[in-house]
Formats: sequence, C-alpha cells, structure tokens
Amino acid sequence: MAETGTWWALLVAPAMLLGFAAAALAADAALDARNAGRPITVSTVVRPFLAVPRAVLAQPRRLPASDRLLWRAGVITVPVAAVLSTLVIPFGDHVVADLSVGVVWFNAMEVLTWAGLWLAGWGPNAAFSLVGGYRFLAQGLAYELPLMFALISAATGAQSLRVTDIAGAQHGLWYAVWMPFAFVVYLAGVLAFSFLGPFAYPAGRDVAEGVLGETSGVDRLLLEAGRWLWLAAGAAMAVPLFLGGGAGPGLPPWAWSLVKTLLVLAALVWTLRRLPMVRADRYVELAWVVLLPLSVLQTLVPALTDLSL
Amino acid sequence: MDTTGMVLLWVLGVLALVGGVLVFTLNSMARVTFALLGSLVCVGGVVAVLRLPYLGVVIVLMMVMEMVIMAVFMIAYMMNPAGLMPMSMLHNKRGSLVVSGLVFAALVAGIFLVPWPDRTGARPRDTTFQVGMSLMGDQMLTMVTLGFVLLATMVGATVLATHRGRYDRFGDDLDQRPANDPADGGVGR
Repeated sequence: MAETGTWWALLVAPAMLLGFAAAALAADAALDARNAGRPITVSTVVRPFLAVPRAVLAQPRRLPASDRLLWRAGVITVPVAAVLSTLVIPFGDHVVADLSVGVVWFNAMEVLTWAGLWLAGWGPNAAFSLVGGYRFLAQGLAYELPLMFALISAATGAQSLRVTDIAGAQHGLWYAVWMPFAFVVYLAGVLAFSFLGPFAYPAGRDVAEGVLGETSGVDRLLLEAGRWLWLAAGAAMAVPLFLGGGAGPGLPPWAWSLVKTLLVLAALVWTLRRLPMVRADRYVELAWVVLLPLSVLQTLVPALTDLSL
Repeated sequence: MDTTGMVLLWVLGVLALVGGVLVFTLNSMARVTFALLGSLVCVGGVVAVLRLPYLGVVIVLMMVMEMVIMAVFMIAYMMNPAGLMPMSMLHNKRGSLVVSGLVFAALVAGIFLVPWPDRTGARPRDTTFQVGMSLMGDQMLTMVTLGFVLLATMVGATVLATHRGRYDRFGDDLDQRPANDPADGGVGR
C-alpha cells in the first residue's frame, strides 16, 4: 500500500520536518505575543527565525579544557537523530523506508537523544551544562518506559512493528480512541524527548539553561533546532500510530496526514505553554508508580483483543 | 548476501574493532564509554545486515540507554579522582594479557572446531517473527523464570543497597504520613 524508496523522498522528508518544526516555532512565537498583549503580525512570527542568521554569524565561545569532539558529537546527534527518525514515518501513502521494525527504529533514534544531550552537557566542561545533561538522563529514566509501552500498545494492536501496517490496521477506529491512555503517554513522551515546556528541566532557567547554556553560534542553533525537530517528528509519528495515518473521507491521504500532523503539533505547542516545568525527581515517581502500571494495563487491552479475535 | 551487504558487514566489523581498541587507548572516561558505545552500535549494525533487523535495532536502542547510564556510574565510581581526570582502562596488565589471550584463542578455536549446521529449508521472510516464536514459544517457561529472577535480583539489590527502610520513612508505628523522605516524590506517598 505504501510507496517507498524514491530518491527525492530522502530530500523531501527532512524538508517537511523542518517545515513542521518552523510552523511550531512560529505558532509558539504568536502565542507568546498574544499572552503579552502584543498584536500578532508577520514580524512577530518571523522574529524567532532571525536567531538563525544571528547564530550562524556569531563568534563561537571557547571554554578552557572542553572536550570539543564529544561536545560536537552530542550537539550534532540531537537534530540528526530527529531527521533519521522520520525515515519510517509514512506521510499519506509515501514513506522513505518502510522498515519491518519501524517502531523500534523510531524508538532507537529517540534514545540517541539521551547520548546526544548527555554529551552536549559533558563537552563544555562547565557545571551547569553537566547538570543539564544529567537532568535529561533522570528525565529519560522517567518518561522512557511509559513511552515504550505506549509504542508497544499500538504495535500490539496491529500485530506489527511496521508503521504503515499500524496505520492501516486502524480502519474505522483510531487507536487514540480505544487506547487513549497510550496516546496521552505518547504525547507526554514527545514533549519529554524534545525537552520543551513542562519537560524543559534539562535546559531550565534555574541552571542557566543547562545543556544549552554554554553553547553558542551554530552549536546552539543545532540544539535548539533539535528540540523543535523532535517535537515535529513526534507529532508526525502520532498520526500513523494513533490517528489512522492518511485515512479519512474526501481528501487525499497526504492531505489528511498534513491536517492531522498540524493538529497534533498545535495541541502540543498549546500544551507546552500551559503546564509548569516539572522536576525529574517528581516526575520519575509519578512515571514509575502511576504511569508505568497503567501503561502495562493499557498494553493488555490490545493484547487481549488480539487473542479474542 | 549481495555486495553491498558484504561491504557493510566488513566496514561495520572493522569499525566495531576500532571502537574496541579505542576503549583501551583513550584516556578519558567519557570518551572510553562512548568508544564502547560506538563499537556496540556497529555490532547492532552487523546483526541488522545479517538480516535480523529487530535484534540489530534493539541492540542499538538498548546499548545507547545502557552505555549512557553506564557513563554516569563509571564517572561517579570508577578511578581516582572520580573519572574526571586522565586515566587508563588497563589494570593488572600481565595477568589480563594472559587471560584475554587465552579467551581469544579459545574463541578462535571454537570457530573452527564447532560443527556449524547447514541451512535447512528456505530463509524466512520476517525473522522478527521467528525470533519471537523461538524465544516465547518453546522457551516461554525459561523466559518467564528469567524475568522473575532478574526482577527479584534488581529489587533485592536495591533493598540491600538502601540504608533507609519503611520504619525510617513512616516512623516506628508506620503511621507517619507523609513519609519522611530526604527528597519529596511526585505523588505524595
């Protein structure tokens, strides 16, 4: 059903991801302006993108005894992993690489962010960055297992790890409808691995922006881009996993994918401004004591449904 | 296996070895940990090229998580002072050379001595399913037992390692609410 493997898809997928990320950033800037009582004009929406040429032209900050190799590797890993995760995400009926283990691939790329952010925290040889890197790991230990069970719920429902199979298995009834808890946990996981909003703890203001604090110029740009690229990738993945992929009446599949991705992205951008930042030591207890058992129970629902069919 | 597969196999194999060598030649705990991670990711790639995509990608997934957590503990607990200074992974050089030489010789001998089976039947289309069946089909009892043993080990080790018990948390009559914890939890137990 899904078309794969045309060479230009390799270029289009990252470009579209960048477009979604830019849309999310622009929406965030617009909401900022509205909250501040300023009029929302074109310049409010464009303003955050002025940081791009500024970052490219900025003189890089040098620090004594920094581990530049590891720092650079970490900074590059975050956005690159976000882009690689989109290889398996179908858009309409197109997908770059329809891997038989697509869900695991997405998960593996997301976990690369752990390594990337820890390295980005370690590299500069600065206390607050290091604290930020460790904070992401603490947060990772909290959000990762419920997120994995949310992914497993969708995969169990479709009895396949192939993302296009999961999208195709939801004819009529979306997984978001009969696995609502997995959907919510997945969306919380998306906010957590893009360390935005309530999960901005690794880059919190209380530690002078943590992992981001010592970065400057292109490094800073790559890490900030990585955040929004991950938000966009997570929103795009939610569509085939829980919202039936490109299926829908009237419109062609690509249009439905576009509409659904934008809606999920809008919901995420709205949410990340509504919730206060949560400390990892508080979230880890909630995650392990409340979310994890409920996630296991949620996985039981599609498992028992599979058995009874 | 086609040419691309062979080339990938060799490149990943050599890179895995290079990562392994770097583990013992670099002098920073962080770099050593991530050299080992690079090596293990290449091993995951090798497994994926050998047409076990699930195991390959899962190796990458698990090893990234494990090695990042490992880095935290290695830097916190290993070496003096605390993994932050230049260090070496080589200890007891003569003894470990003998041990590793013997193990290497035994493994190489194993390659040539083991009567490797020939392929019977056709190659399965989806090896993920076969792996799942062989682990969870006949070996279900083994897997369930292993799971409980692992869980019991983890819980037991944590209980032995922590110096605070429920009487420290809830008081002598276990009636103190909320619990007296050094750090508040998220759900107010």
